[in-house]
Amino acid sequence: MKAVTWRGVNEVGVEDVPEPKILNDRDIILEVGLSVTCGSDLHLLGGYIPAMRAGDVLGHEFMGTVAEVGKSVSKHRVGDRVVVVSFIGCGQCWYCTQGLWSLCDNGNPNPGITEALWGQSIGGCFGYSHAMGGWAGSHARYIRVPYADQGAFTIPDGVSDERALFASDAAPTGWTGAHQAEVKPGDVVAVWGAGGVGQMAARKAMLMGAERVVVIDRFDNRLDQVRTHIGAETLDYEEVDVPAELREMSGGRGPDVCIEAVGMEAHHPGPQYLYDQVKQQMRLHTDRPTALREAIYACRKGGTVFALGVFGGVVDKFPMGAVMNKALTLRGAQQHGHRYVPEILDLMSRDEVRTEHLATHVLPLDDGPKGYRMFKEKEDGCVRAVFRPGR
Amino acid sequence: MTSALGSVASLAARAGGSVVRQVRSIVDPSPARPAGADRPASGWLVVTVFREPSEIDTDRLPAPLAEFGDQLEVRVRAAADGKGTELGARLRDRPSGSALGRLGGSDPQADLRSALRRAKQLIEVGEVLAVDPAPHGERTATPGGALLEMWTRVAPKAGVR
Repeated sequence: MKAVTWRGVNEVGVEDVPEPKILNDRDIILEVGLSVTCGSDLHLLGGYIPAMRAGDVLGHEFMGTVAEVGKSVSKHRVGDRVVVVSFIGCGQCWYCTQGLWSLCDNGNPNPGITEALWGQSIGGCFGYSHAMGGWAGSHARYIRVPYADQGAFTIPDGVSDERALFASDAAPTGWTGAHQAEVKPGDVVAVWGAGGVGQMAARKAMLMGAERVVVIDRFDNRLDQVRTHIGAETLDYEEVDVPAELREMSGGRGPDVCIEAVGMEAHHPGPQYLYDQVKQQMRLHTDRPTALREAIYACRKGGTVFALGVFGGVVDKFPMGAVMNKALTLRGAQQHGHRYVPEILDLMSRDEVRTEHLATHVLPLDDGPKGYRMFKEKEDGCVRAVFRPGR
Repeated sequence: MTSALGSVASLAARAGGSVVRQVRSIVDPSPARPAGADRPASGWLVVTVFREPSEIDTDRLPAPLAEFGDQLEVRVRAAADGKGTELGARLRDRPSGSALGRLGGSDPQADLRSALRRAKQLIEVGEVLAVDPAPHGERTATPGGALLEMWTRVAPKAGVR
């Protein structure tokens, strides 16, 4: 079958790969309907997460139709239209039962890599390197989905493929950030990054009763999407002093909750961007935490900063003094999507969560390299490039 | 001045000694220095299984642990706060190893780590999750690829600290 693969740093290919087979009784084989590029894929392409091998199939955010079921699968039948959470959780370990699905003890068959990096391994993730399990990705005609009763969710009639697609990762990741940061009614919430995840974090914060939600980015079309489709306020960080604007917007206090949805390749107009870029390229630190630093600096005393963008290793010039002296709560997480997807699909069916505007470009698998280039370079206003393997 | 120089020299010597000890503990841990080298002094490797202690019968261990037979000591105890049961195992001959060796695939406890992890999955889920064969394209050489390939060979034999 055809698949979009990682061929090397900044090199995407399209090649024939074997079709997946059921290996465990709880597996399904899914015929992929739509599979979308994610900002976190760019960290793989750029070589910032050096655990990819040439030939690895990319993609972790997807939906499709069940083509085959393992003998212990009880929730799904052949022909079901489902969306699949990008993280792989067993549903039986302590972490899954606590709703901390991305921390599953059993979903990563290669635990040694992340155990060495972070002290403990977390769950697995489709198409996201051998550190996260070596699972084949979704930019292909078919994908094997383990623990399918836990990770695959039937899409309600009336919710389009293009909308349901983002219940796989962008929406539940945004939900994870706002919910785990414990946004409260009346809060002022700032979100760094107006991509799919940032937009969904903003939407969830609004649904949780935040009084003001402000999204920060530099791309006009993304900020326009935030105002039009999410209903949040925006700041262009190339035009204004973000912490100063946020102070003014929050009565001089600073936001109660700051959600960083940018990650390890943050940009910034100031000299610290050059500093971080040089150190990252020299491998003196692995991640550029520019937006995270700003979030910590901007946050009100006693507030919460949530790291929702993907970080992989170590950062430099981390403002620990601000964290400690301002009594901040600093949290982070990959997505615990399994606990949020039913709510998200319900809200999608009632038009309270809309995501199809994120899919700015829908392409066949043959256009994999072009899709990633457009997404990375933001060509033609690309917010997300979506692949339709059946086309 | 002499006193200050002496203090600096003393600090430098202590720092140097510390570095030497750290390096030696990684490269050549001796049984006489049981702590460190990424392993506990007691030799016990432990996983917490999300099941009641009464559900884990040490006389009828899952196959991956049962295969060790008399080479193994096993203990169970309730985990605090309803987190399940702590299942511990250690090899009776207590082999020594190093952190570098573990990364390089020569961890003498690797098989036990893998067995504990698989036993936990069998008890919790009922099967051991397999990833290979995963569909992939052509495996051409990339910078760092050989190192990653080596690491992915030993990575499944972890998951238990």
